[in-house]
Amino acid sequence: MAAAPAFAGWEPTKPVEIVVAAGAGGASDQMARMMQAAIQKNNLMKQPMVVSLKGGASGAEALMYMKSSEGDPNKVLIAYSLIYMLPLSAKIPFNWRELTPVSVVALDQFVLWDNRAGPKTVKEFVAAAKAASSPFKMGGTGSKREDHVLTVFLEQKTGAKFSYLPYKSGGEAATQLVGNHTEANVNNPSENLEVWRAGQVRPLCVFDKERISYTTKVTDTQSWADIPTCKEEGVDVQYLMLRAMFLPGKVTAEQQAFYVDLFHKVTQTAEYKDYMEKQALKPIFLTGKDMVQFLEEDDALNRSLMTEAGFVAK
Amino acid sequence: MEALGLLLHGFAVLLTWKTLVLMMVGLVLGIFVGVLPGLGGPNGVAILLPLTFTMDPTSAIVMLSCIYWGALFGGAITSILFNIPGEAWSVATTFDGYPMAQQGRAAEALTAAFTSSFIGSLVAVLLITFLAPMISSFALKFGPPEFFAVYLLTFCSFVGLGREAKHKTVISMSLGLLLAGIGMDTVSGNLRMTFGSPELLRGINFLVAVIGLFGISEILLTMEERLALRGHAASISLRVVLGVWKDLPKYWVTLLRSSFIGCWLGITPGGAIAASFMGYNLAKRFAKEPESFGKGRIEGVFAPETAAHASGTSALLPMLALGIPGSGTAAILLGGLMVWGLNPGPLLFVEHKDFVWGLIASMYLGNVVGLVLVLTTVPIFASILRVPFAAVAPMIVVSCAIGAYAIQNAMFDIWLMLGFGVVGYVFKKIGIPLAPFTLALVLGNRAEDAFRLSMIGSGGTLKVFWSNGLVGSITTLAILLLFWPAIDSLLGRVGFTHGTRATSA
Repeated sequence: MAAAPAFAGWEPTKPVEIVVAAGAGGASDQMARMMQAAIQKNNLMKQPMVVSLKGGASGAEALMYMKSSEGDPNKVLIAYSLIYMLPLSAKIPFNWRELTPVSVVALDQFVLWDNRAGPKTVKEFVAAAKAASSPFKMGGTGSKREDHVLTVFLEQKTGAKFSYLPYKSGGEAATQLVGNHTEANVNNPSENLEVWRAGQVRPLCVFDKERISYTTKVTDTQSWADIPTCKEEGVDVQYLMLRAMFLPGKVTAEQQAFYVDLFHKVTQTAEYKDYMEKQALKPIFLTGKDMVQFLEEDDALNRSLMTEAGFVAK
Repeated sequence: MEALGLLLHGFAVLLTWKTLVLMMVGLVLGIFVGVLPGLGGPNGVAILLPLTFTMDPTSAIVMLSCIYWGALFGGAITSILFNIPGEAWSVATTFDGYPMAQQGRAAEALTAAFTSSFIGSLVAVLLITFLAPMISSFALKFGPPEFFAVYLLTFCSFVGLGREAKHKTVISMSLGLLLAGIGMDTVSGNLRMTFGSPELLRGINFLVAVIGLFGISEILLTMEERLALRGHAASISLRVVLGVWKDLPKYWVTLLRSSFIGCWLGITPGGAIAASFMGYNLAKRFAKEPESFGKGRIEGVFAPETAAHASGTSALLPMLALGIPGSGTAAILLGGLMVWGLNPGPLLFVEHKDFVWGLIASMYLGNVVGLVLVLTTVPIFASILRVPFAAVAPMIVVSCAIGAYAIQNAMFDIWLMLGFGVVGYVFKKIGIPLAPFTLALVLGNRAEDAFRLSMIGSGGTLKVFWSNGLVGSITTLAILLLFWPAIDSLLGRVGFTHGTRATSA
């Protein structure tokens, strides 16, 4: 536990701001606060860490903020797929290559959920959606983003039609599903966890090539591992979302190295491991060349999905 | 009753010296952040959140919720003394609170504000205690059409029941709606009216606008007229406090009505802001002499404060029971809960009884302690009015600027605040009311999103706003209120000839 920063080089001299590109209580905010707590409780850094919410303009605010903070090593962004998607859909003048990559810290899953009163399997769900007189309502976070893209691909693979309702947050999409105002959503596990445990929603399938690995029971009868993949259920749609840390552009190699080391230590803490399991995230740690390669491939994939879905602004 | 037993258990968890000390510390910090315009509850709680990471969850939430209560109390202070709403929901408190201070009744107004805050919160806590499970399921009934209907009701009540000329209210509201459209549009995912400026991306922050419109413009007006804050601090004494309390029973209808509105809007995330405006407007509507409102009527302080606090308190219920924060501060508290490993949701009440009932008990205790604390410090706050204007004005401007900057750490917001100061000055000069403008700015986006989601869901038919009893009755009520003056005169009630002839000062 007495892990005083062993790194002899650069160290922050001011409180470090962890920039969240989403609203309070969302998945990014929760993760930032977990990191803040893990760093503070395990004394991983001498300076305190503060969470700074920059969720304006669907997160574009945070991106522009990072872009304009060139050379400032006291700000670190907790990024997700919006770094690829927002510049395409809303023509935000931002390119993640202008920032300094630190590490990929997790991969987030997407699950197809419906109301407890709704169909029980993917097959029944698709059949019901096709038979419905007005299209099924699919709730999600924001427009022309992950949830929306997934909805478009579900339509393409199943032939069913959905009306996509863009809400401000995953939490809102979750309660709207519980209240039966929508028929389904494609929330991340963390966003629907509590309503699932309360038996108000049902997971139908997970959008990954393999099942989630956690086998501890979450509800009375089911664990994350009990949810079939969508491919198993005959709907071949896959999508994982990165959770990665970035520094602003033009920081020194020493500064970058400090944060690589810091977040590596974070991934070793009990807080991090506990959080991964609770929220059904895929643990991963990529940095340096591996990370850049991952980002390039992920960017290309997201770009092709966005183009195919017709969400790229002209 | 089961709830009672659990509540007593909650008190048992709470009554230790350590918790009581934390409670006092939280309240004092809260009042302090509430007094600074713009800093307010959400920021105060956010700044102090890391302090609590090493505490046990119950102590931590007690301290944080006491910061919240403190900020709720503190927000009224600057509204009344300087016409600067410390919090968004204190805007309506300035309408009568500030005139009271100008007439030398500052202490009376402050006492009224604190007392009604207390009553509003108390009603909401009682509601939380006994109706928690039922209320959570009521909140789930709200889909996009229901949300839109509630916003429509707020807008319509403003036009229909407002004292100002209708066309001026509509002009002001339309300008607010226009500015609310700046930034990212959630429904289409496109940017609107940002003209390529990264500063405009996040849209116009409501608090920045409010600080400028009310605070800075007031300074400008005072400078123009004469360099003095009008009015003197009244000598606050136990007599004033008791005097206000003695009159309380006379206003029981107002207090009850505002509590009800507040609880309702707090639980459905309509928010404290809408609640305070609605509480004020309805009190005016049903008063015997509505024209005396806005000129320093104590009821004009009771009504919005009770509603705002009932709403601020009951907003914690959907946060705990559903994980939906009904207010900005509730959202930060939500983040805190997760850090302590408590996941808000339907099971929280079952799995973490100690925590939930400790929190509810702390609401009772924090409110009582808070009331005593603010009342005993009223003389200190009221004495600010005796300081010469030339000395106080620069301090107010600086604290406004700090507040505006702190909201989003953006220098641009300070310029925006100054710009809104000039706008507010011009509006006051030409008699355009500011309140509809601010209301539209804060609710415009949500109302628009709710409307468009309703339209996507229904395939574009307006019938969706009458598709069930709940949404149908709210929408109908909204339309009735919009045309209230016409309906009123149709009913042949002469005596109520407000409307086209403006009495706006």
